[in-house]
Amino acid sequence: MRFYEYESKELFARHGLPLGKRGIATSRDEARARAREIGAPVVLKSQVLSGGRMKAGAVKFADTPDEAAALFDEIMPIVVNGQTARSVLVEEKSPISQEYYVAVTWDGRRKLPVLVFSDMGGIDIEQVAEKYPDHMSQTHVSTILPFTPRLAKEAIGATGVSGSALNRLTPIVSTLVEIFLAYDLTLAEINPLVRLENGRFAVLDGHIDMEAEAREKHTALLEDLGIEPEETRQARPPSEFEIAGARVDAADHRGVAGNVVEFDGDLGLVIGAGGGSLTLFDAVLKQGGRPANYCEIGGNPSVKKTCELTKLVLGKPGVEKIAVMMNVVSNTRVDIVARGVIKGCVESGRDPASTIAIFRIPGSWEEEGFKILERHRVEYCDRSVSMYEAAGRAVAKTRAQT
Amino acid sequence: MPGMFIDVEVDASVAADAELVGKLVEVCPVSIFARSEGGGLEIVEENLDECTLCDLCIQAAPEGVRVIKLYEQG
Ligand code: SF4
Repeated sequence: MRFYEYESKELFARHGLPLGKRGIATSRDEARARAREIGAPVVLKSQVLSGGRMKAGAVKFADTPDEAAALFDEIMPIVVNGQTARSVLVEEKSPISQEYYVAVTWDGRRKLPVLVFSDMGGIDIEQVAEKYPDHMSQTHVSTILPFTPRLAKEAIGATGVSGSALNRLTPIVSTLVEIFLAYDLTLAEINPLVRLENGRFAVLDGHIDMEAEAREKHTALLEDLGIEPEETRQARPPSEFEIAGARVDAADHRGVAGNVVEFDGDLGLVIGAGGGSLTLFDAVLKQGGRPANYCEIGGNPSVKKTCELTKLVLGKPGVEKIAVMMNVVSNTRVDIVARGVIKGCVESGRDPASTIAIFRIPGSWEEEGFKILERHRVEYCDRSVSMYEAAGRAVAKTRAQT
Repeated sequence: MPGMFIDVEVDASVAADAELVGKLVEVCPVSIFARSEGGGLEIVEENLDECTLCDLCIQAAPEGVRVIKLYEQG
């Protein structure tokens, strides 16, 4: 769940991180008023949940309040990566002498948060990692032991920063780690964090992503920031397909058949099992397939729910085949899923045998499931066939049809 | 619409027994049995395919209920 920049900065400010004078404008008059209150040249930034604002022309600079008002009118209609602006952040513009990058995110491989610091801020951090690895440090952070300023100092010092800059940056970096851990974030990023010409340090731009499942734990904060419970806050607005997927999931409390994400491929996916859905999605890509969607099924969804999800996926234009795959399941019944997907095919007017490219769900009640699949002549496999191989079979069948 | 995978048959004697009907309605986890307006037994066809094969209905009325797996029929 993504925060707008102004919300991220509000959270940073509550924890004492240094920020310039700023205010939100939802009209040209407000933009003029904010610029007047700040009393200096300002930067106006479109508030969207996506990057690429500068490139899209949605960040502009104004020397006077009247110029700020005029620029507000220019910025608001600009669509950035499919997103229209909610408002414009008007912020003090200050001369910069050095830019830094600092972020805390999750390292999926180590299953730990990782603090990333660079003394080359303001540019794409992947570029820094590739071209200037000496200017970037990565420090894993314990979720059990307290994060100490010494660890922050080591992370910063590893990039060659020393002296007063090291001392001034240390509490900022430490605080960012504390914010990340306290609010169950998946990303807390400041880029750039700057040293101004007057020697002060300031957060110029910041991004926060909160784990969607943690919303209920932080209702007070979200209320304070004005984030409504129904706001999904994804990086792009949900498509019709995704909204329909959420409806399928919400209509029946039994199990999960949700988190549907639309892609533009031709192989429909009915996949799940914890991280299995991500692994299977990657397996399809690696095998050269083009997924029409991502989704997550699990927790023993009902026949009806699986059937409705299957119908939704098959309803996507260009989808002729689906791959039904999970890792080994213990809390989802193979026979129930088999009934659901076969029924979904039949109710969509499709032949299950030619529509289901592969059914690879081993686990509880698999023998019963395999009987159903055999009866409907659907190709299936057990756990002796890896997820990667199953994905390959599905991709090969999709290719053969084109 | 009848089930595509599962059918359930109940003998008339069970369907007429108010106590057994009550038991069937109570034990089925996916609401395949319902009490009809006249107090008899009604099979909820739209739920048939949700049958979990738990056999609780058979335990409730061993002689008078049969759960048929249509995919095993010839
Ligand atoms: S076997 Fe279980 S789920 Fe199926 S009809 Fe009987 S009680 Fe209901």
